[in-house]
Amino acid sequence: MNILRKKSRAKLPFSETVIELFIRLCGFSCIIFVFGIFFFVFREGAGFLFNGLDIGQFLTSPEWYPTSLNNKRYGTFALILGTFSVTALAMCMAVPFGLGAAIFVSEFCSPKLRETFKIVIELLAAIPSVVWGFIGLTLMNQLIIRVFNAPIGLTMLNGSIMLALMSVPIIVSIAEDALKAVPDSYREAAEALGATRWQVIYRVLLPAAKNGLLAAVLLGAARSIGETMAVLMATGHSVNIPSGPLSWIRTLTATIAAELGEVARGDEHYQVLFIIGILLFTITFVVNLIADLVIKGIRQE
Amino acid sequence: MFTETPIDRRKRLTENVMRIFLLVVTTVMIIPLLLIIGYLLYKAIPVLSFEFLFSNPRDNMRAGGIWAPFLGTIYLVVVSLLVSAPVGVFAAVYLNEYARENWFTRITNLAVVNLAGVPSIVHALFGVGAFVLFAGLGESILAASLTLAIMTLPVIIASTTEALKAVPMSFREACWNLGATRWQTIRRIVIPNSISGILTGVILQVSRAAGETAPIMFTGAVFYKAIAEGNLFAYNITEQCMALSLHLFTISTQVPDVTEGTPHGTAIVLVGSVLLVNATAIVLRVYLRTRKKW
Repeated sequence: MNILRKKSRAKLPFSETVIELFIRLCGFSCIIFVFGIFFFVFREGAGFLFNGLDIGQFLTSPEWYPTSLNNKRYGTFALILGTFSVTALAMCMAVPFGLGAAIFVSEFCSPKLRETFKIVIELLAAIPSVVWGFIGLTLMNQLIIRVFNAPIGLTMLNGSIMLALMSVPIIVSIAEDALKAVPDSYREAAEALGATRWQVIYRVLLPAAKNGLLAAVLLGAARSIGETMAVLMATGHSVNIPSGPLSWIRTLTATIAAELGEVARGDEHYQVLFIIGILLFTITFVVNLIADLVIKGIRQE
Repeated sequence: MFTETPIDRRKRLTENVMRIFLLVVTTVMIIPLLLIIGYLLYKAIPVLSFEFLFSNPRDNMRAGGIWAPFLGTIYLVVVSLLVSAPVGVFAAVYLNEYARENWFTRITNLAVVNLAGVPSIVHALFGVGAFVLFAGLGESILAASLTLAIMTLPVIIASTTEALKAVPMSFREACWNLGATRWQTIRRIVIPNSISGILTGVILQVSRAAGETAPIMFTGAVFYKAIAEGNLFAYNITEQCMALSLHLFTISTQVPDVTEGTPHGTAIVLVGSVLLVNATAIVLRVYLRTRKKW
């Protein structure tokens, strides 16, 4: 036995050890990257975060005047509100459509139709965010001016329609997975009791898959919060406490994208933009973590 | 024998109403896709030509073609692919073939999920902090591509993992029983049997990387740069480049009096290439399913 083991160990060539090491390294790389992202964004913003920035004012003041000559103020409250209001409105549109489509695709469709819808949804997900922004800037802008008789169509409503269209594919695909994960025996048992297809869905499937559906909504929301180009181009880009769907807003992401090109490295303003980055990273990290825990929750059941 | 009671009738009615309602909800999602492509094509037809694709922007980007941004996007995609394809595929191989069920693997999986969830603008900040400044690459194609590579890594990992999982365990066991090592099994059995699925992931990475704007804005893409027309090697990877996505952003928001149709033309080239790449992945996947031997 001993001889055998020695032999097999001797056979493992040096190149194989190197390759295994490389594979392991690649596997760990994702952890390194996630920490790296936090570390490097933090590093650029840390100086001002711990030395000078009034965090209370940063989070609660709506006054964002980073380029004012004598009284610079870095209040992101309006931006945070902008991000959350545009996301909330987008979710109001995306959730019914996303969940409805997921239910239809997973429960009512013939296999052929299902393939077609899935391809359409996949293609919808592939359209780049800058193109959504461009559509918001041109087509949707005109449409909103005509329909609501608004002076300008680049509003929260415009941005949230774009965000809704972008997050629907995520919601559909994750929600559909969640519905598919419900065992067929549940459906059969309900049908054997005389329930119609809709009763099965409403009374059995939705309660059974609720965690997965919640995760789908959360991940769709996380996508909306992190989206940059579409909201930069479609929401009017003015710092403003939102007062309704037709008001102009600005989001956290759009602020970084619009202003990072114009600041000098190491400047207070530059560092504040990185601190906003940390804030965004934290928000999406928490939302993703919750979604992941919710999904894990179903698996353990 | 079975006559319909009012309750049955109501049940049937609800069922049909819901079925039609959900069908409408699902069909509505096809409309934006068609509408966008139709609208862009309609507006872009007057400017679309070979000359549009192969000439540089002119008159402060008010007119002319999209050669420089188009080539720049190709450079960014290819360089990012060279990094993220091997790292992503091997990371998936690690997670699927080597990793044991323990807390460390769970953290790695969580890291992949979170990496996919990091906003693109935060990736941009990371790219500035890590590649442009810390690694000293400056604003260059290399820095932008590395940022894109890390951003698109989860796409490749997710689809490769799926492809590897589809290879039956018995294949691996048979191979191990013949005395093959882990790596030999992966190289001779697992990867050849999942190569189409892996390729699909790589193709999706290309489509994702080509469309991104925010991560390259501050790491290497530039508003304007003239390059030799028709020369495929006009860019140097240590210098900046133009990109199709950023070009669309610039000419639709920053440049006044752009020739009618030019932004639409740029958009349709971008959307067209991305959708074409995605369609390739879909066709490959369908083909793979019909060819599946087990």
